Amino acid sequence: MAGLVLRDIRKSFGSVPVLHGIDLELASGEMLVIVGASGCGKSTLLRLVAGLEEPTAGAIELDGRDVARLDPAERDIAMVFQNYALYPHMSVFDNMAYALKIRGLSKADIAARVRETGEMLGLGPLLDRKPRQLSGGQRQRVAMGRAIVRHPKLFLFDEPLSNLDATLRVTMRAEIKRLQRRMGVTSLYVTHDQVEAMTLGDRLLVLHKGRAVQLATPMEVFERPADTYVAGFIGAPAMNFLPGVLSHGGTAVTLDLGPVLVFADGRRAVADGTRLTIGIRPENIAADPDGLELQVDLLEPLGSETVVIGRLPNGELLSVKVPKAEAPTERMTIAFPAAHLHVFTAETGLRLDP
Amino acid sequence: MERRTIFAGWALPAAFVLPQLLLTIFFFLWPAGEAIYGSLTRQDAFGIKTQFVGFENFVDLFTDPLYVESAGRTVLFCAAVSFLSMGVALLLAVFADREIAGRGFYRTMLIWPYAVAPAVAAVVWLLLLHPQIGMIAHGLKAVGVDWDYKINGGQALLVVVLASAWKQVSYNFIFFLAGLQSIPRSVIEAARMDGARGWRRFRTILFPLLAPTTFFLLVVNLVYSAFDTFGTIQALTQGGPGKSTETLMVKVYRDGLVNQDLGGSSAQSVVLMLGIVALTVLQFRFVGRRNSS
Repeated sequence: MAGLVLRDIRKSFGSVPVLHGIDLELASGEMLVIVGASGCGKSTLLRLVAGLEEPTAGAIELDGRDVARLDPAERDIAMVFQNYALYPHMSVFDNMAYALKIRGLSKADIAARVRETGEMLGLGPLLDRKPRQLSGGQRQRVAMGRAIVRHPKLFLFDEPLSNLDATLRVTMRAEIKRLQRRMGVTSLYVTHDQVEAMTLGDRLLVLHKGRAVQLATPMEVFERPADTYVAGFIGAPAMNFLPGVLSHGGTAVTLDLGPVLVFADGRRAVADGTRLTIGIRPENIAADPDGLELQVDLLEPLGSETVVIGRLPNGELLSVKVPKAEAPTERMTIAFPAAHLHVFTAETGLRLDP
Repeated sequence: MERRTIFAGWALPAAFVLPQLLLTIFFFLWPAGEAIYGSLTRQDAFGIKTQFVGFENFVDLFTDPLYVESAGRTVLFCAAVSFLSMGVALLLAVFADREIAGRGFYRTMLIWPYAVAPAVAAVVWLLLLHPQIGMIAHGLKAVGVDWDYKINGGQALLVVVLASAWKQVSYNFIFFLAGLQSIPRSVIEAARMDGARGWRRFRTILFPLLAPTTFFLLVVNLVYSAFDTFGTIQALTQGGPGKSTETLMVKVYRDGLVNQDLGGSSAQSVVLMLGIVALTVLQFRFVGRRNSS
């Protein structure tokens, strides 16, 4: 198995730049999830690695060999497409055997490998069917099988679960993770779904407008988002943001709402008066009889928990996640625990650590 | 969902259908009926007496070696025209399907020949291939080919095949291009990822997925080359030299309008009509089957 290195990958379509220099290093056997909103360039990045598009500049090294200008046929990379892209005129067996035939394997070898992979994915009884006779989940499996059977150097997944219904998506997500672990193939997985991103990735790459905003483990991205974009993108319901200014010699923030919050993790080394954006996740906001008043606007029961969307005294919306039993009906009073504050510079949106 | 319009009476729907019915009656049912009736009769040389002869005309037809020969020639002609026009159209469509500069212009140009009238197309080819004044003819002579399709039957057949195929390339091109564009990009990309290139990708992915289009075009082209090429052939060679470019359609015209054998010519028309019916049924059954699956 091979590692993948991207060096300063740039891509423009005509005069429109889509990727502004992406650097990335994947260890052998690692699963990296590229996540971002639509139009952030994540699919383009995947297609560049696949060889379906040519980068405007930069190098793509697979196993130490620059493949950026090679035809996909010479890269030994397998890809699972969003709409599966099965060959409609071929049986499941032939779909999986296609790449092996092209590589000139013997008939017996091909049959053995296809059957082995088919068994592994539970496709055994379906090998003679045509794609149109399969359900969405089965097609998804065939698409996976077609990639696995090749034993490629690299797996690419282009939002492979987005056409499945919610239940199936959860099952397949777990299955993909299990398979990837078992095969130990280096993988790039593109998705806009943050749950997929959090659960599948060894590491996450968050893309925003063609730039890599953060590259870290899922928990680190969640706990220490690099900027307000990542903070708002990862986590559901989304993080709340409150404006304020740095005060008390860098040790506290005075919210525009009034309260002063002392940082739990220490002094920020910039001048008092710097505009800040304070982030706090809905599940970290605590009920506090002496706290700020929140007028309930909307309740979203999720089962064991309820999301309260309420209005602060200044009219701004704020969401709070509370246990079901504690859900208010009209108003509640809240406080922002110092341990859970995320501090960002208002001007740049970047995280400001002690 | 099926959309249906409900009419209150029958007068309005009848008025909508009437023009098409009239056209069908006057330009198809009536002449076809005349042809069927005519095929069962025989006229004297002056057209004064008409005699009912049953299927005698048909018996004569199928025992006439000239007719059988013409049928064989027509099969060869149809096969050559269909193969040539579809082959060239497919090649052009594959190239036009790529992202190339100026492909809008290229595509428009390729569609033009379809708008050219058969006689005009024939004149263009005549001017190119004419043994005395043709540009291509001059070129051929310069490299030592003894070119004169007005004497050489094989060359004459080649000329009518070329001219007929050329006219049909546009039509085939449009359908092939549409067929290629309806193949999902991701399927082609999947094939690229699987390592299939160029010819192999075409042979194993594109061509099989084009099969419905190809079959449709094959039937259309057979009908075209058998029945719609009369104008081109008549303008280029009039079926000659001798009978070397006399397809069944040209023979109907020659026997009926030139040689005044109305009964025999009508019988030939009826046979051709049955041919069209057979091809149409084939086409409908296939298309119907494909839509229901």
